[in-house]
Amino acid sequence: MQFDILLQQILNGLVLGSVYALIALGYTMVYGILQLINFVHGDVLMVGAMVGVTVVGILATSGLPLPLILVIAVACAIPVCVILSLLIERVAYRPLRNAPKLAPLITAIGLSIVIQTLAMIIWKPNPIVFPDLLPTKPIEIGPALLAPKQMLILVVSAVLMIGLLLLVNRTKLGRAMRATAENPRIAGLMGVNANQVIAVTFAIGASLAAVAGVLVAMNYNIAQFSMGFIPGLKAFTAAVLGGIGNLGGAVLGGLLLGIIESLGAGYIGDITGGFLGSNYQDIFAFVVLILVLVFRPSGLMGERVADRA
Amino acid sequence: MQFPSFKDKPVAAYGATAVITLALLALPFLAGTQGNGWVRIIDFALLYVMLALGLNIVVGYAGLLDLGYVAFYAVGAYLYALLSSPQLAENFEFIRQMFPNGMHNSIWLVVPLGAGLAALFGALLGAPTLRLRGDYLAIVTLGFGEIVRIFLNNLNAPINITNGPQGITNIDPIEIAGVSLGKTQTFFDIEVPSVYLYYYLFLILAIIIIIVTIRLQDSRLGRAWMAIREDEIAAKAMGINTRNVKLLAFAMGASFGGVAGAMFASFQGFVSPESFTLMESVVIVSMVVLGGMGHVPGVILGAILLYAIPEVLRYVAKPAQLAIFGHELIAPEALRMLLFGLSMVLIMLYRPAGLWPARQHGTAADAAADDKASGEAKPAATGSGQS
Repeated sequence: MQFDILLQQILNGLVLGSVYALIALGYTMVYGILQLINFVHGDVLMVGAMVGVTVVGILATSGLPLPLILVIAVACAIPVCVILSLLIERVAYRPLRNAPKLAPLITAIGLSIVIQTLAMIIWKPNPIVFPDLLPTKPIEIGPALLAPKQMLILVVSAVLMIGLLLLVNRTKLGRAMRATAENPRIAGLMGVNANQVIAVTFAIGASLAAVAGVLVAMNYNIAQFSMGFIPGLKAFTAAVLGGIGNLGGAVLGGLLLGIIESLGAGYIGDITGGFLGSNYQDIFAFVVLILVLVFRPSGLMGERVADRA
Repeated sequence: MQFPSFKDKPVAAYGATAVITLALLALPFLAGTQGNGWVRIIDFALLYVMLALGLNIVVGYAGLLDLGYVAFYAVGAYLYALLSSPQLAENFEFIRQMFPNGMHNSIWLVVPLGAGLAALFGALLGAPTLRLRGDYLAIVTLGFGEIVRIFLNNLNAPINITNGPQGITNIDPIEIAGVSLGKTQTFFDIEVPSVYLYYYLFLILAIIIIIVTIRLQDSRLGRAWMAIREDEIAAKAMGINTRNVKLLAFAMGASFGGVAGAMFASFQGFVSPESFTLMESVVIVSMVVLGGMGHVPGVILGAILLYAIPEVLRYVAKPAQLAIFGHELIAPEALRMLLFGLSMVLIMLYRPAGLWPARQHGTAADAAADDKASGEAKPAATGSGQS
């Protein structure tokens, strides 16, 4: 196993994993408070990416400096995603808070279909190209190469994750969020408005997803109405891997999943003697999910929970 | 409107049965006057009825949310395809030597084999998920369905088993007692095209599956499933072996899917991974949940509505939009998906038990319905009726 290839794979994995971590944070926050898998989160990401790519397309010929265009794109994507996410919470999840678990799940799947179809109608089914806004000359890190946009992903993700952790652990709002996650009714007795906290949670998750969406589109130079599903699913796997409901776990799970996927796709040909190739990459997330749920359902950093029916 | 009871009103009951039977027998000929396309729609609707009833065992009876059901459909279809098409003979020398006339196998061998293999996959899926709750179970089954699809899509290198994204073609149509369902046959001077023949086959299979599921409902196994659905811990306390019962739910539900898959392969003559996407699983789950989880008539209604309406929309959408808006706003395919998603959301918000749900056991409505059925006048039921 050559070291430089290994390092390259690990770096790629970290880039991939940072994006997963950003999305996973959204899943895990909502699950912590509502015990609900927000199936639509992947599509919120997709909307962020589509808005971003549209803004970039409009501004590409305006002569503004390219990095500024990127910032504007993200600044436009975030409010759209936040409003979308708040709408979803209000219309679909809030009425079903006391319904059996099946109802919000089916509703979420239905909403996912609606949002994807609307995106397909608005932006047309064909993929849209996201042009390179940053210089493409790779940076050298030891024997491995990292494109500037990959570096940007790592930096932005790290900043956002640290910011979120600070928010949750050091601010009054964060305390309210943690209290609501632990016990909404008692939190209410302590003067915390649960509905408000839930709305804020969705909003923060949506903002992270919007940024992640633009980053994914930037990384792969492409955006399409169907792009939210697979990253959403993998990010959910990451959240479960780290321990759902646990923010640090989501970050850890995301990074770990990214590395597993990267290394797996890179080496699977060697391991299976050429039988399975890197086109099986998507399976890794599912296999990891099944293994985690069978052997350690509370995840890496979660507390042991008893089996609930 | 209640179906007349065979005991109390035998004449009405048998009469109604005869009318329904005649209607079902004549249906393809009636629909066929508008073109064979409509009969094809009915055939596919019957396939989906079979699938929905199979999934109903897992989701409706046992309460196990399975979002990867299409994997079993795929297993049945691909097994039939591999055993009844030139695919294996073309790619493997030893098969060519074993079967010099090509792979043509009797349906009496392939369909049970398909059902059995699907049941095995069902048990394989069920085994690691026994301890999982609703949401996690859904995601894991979803992953399983995707894994099967990805394998089917990629098993064309280094050895070509499934022919990858191109799929398997030239699949034999079904042959029963020497009569091939793939060609127009003549009975008593009536010409019956292949689509009609398949309709009768699917109708017989669907009726068998309906009878099996209804009998299962009242059987010991069925009650065990419902006990697990309502409260697994209480069920265990009552001595139900939840592990075996859950595995049986997955396996039996999957076997129905496998049979439907084999029928699908022979009907269409061609299978590819594109027919077995996550969306298909979601559609089948919707048929069960939106129709009325656990209630056989509701599930059948859900299957027929959710298949037929989008198909009808395909023909009707463009002219309707032209008439109303003057030009086509939304393509039929997109409109279909939009309405589908919207109906899922709306039905869950306003009628979460489904369009035609089962009566709730132990409620006043249940007691009242029982009273009406047995024809006795009882004093008005108090808070909780007894059934």
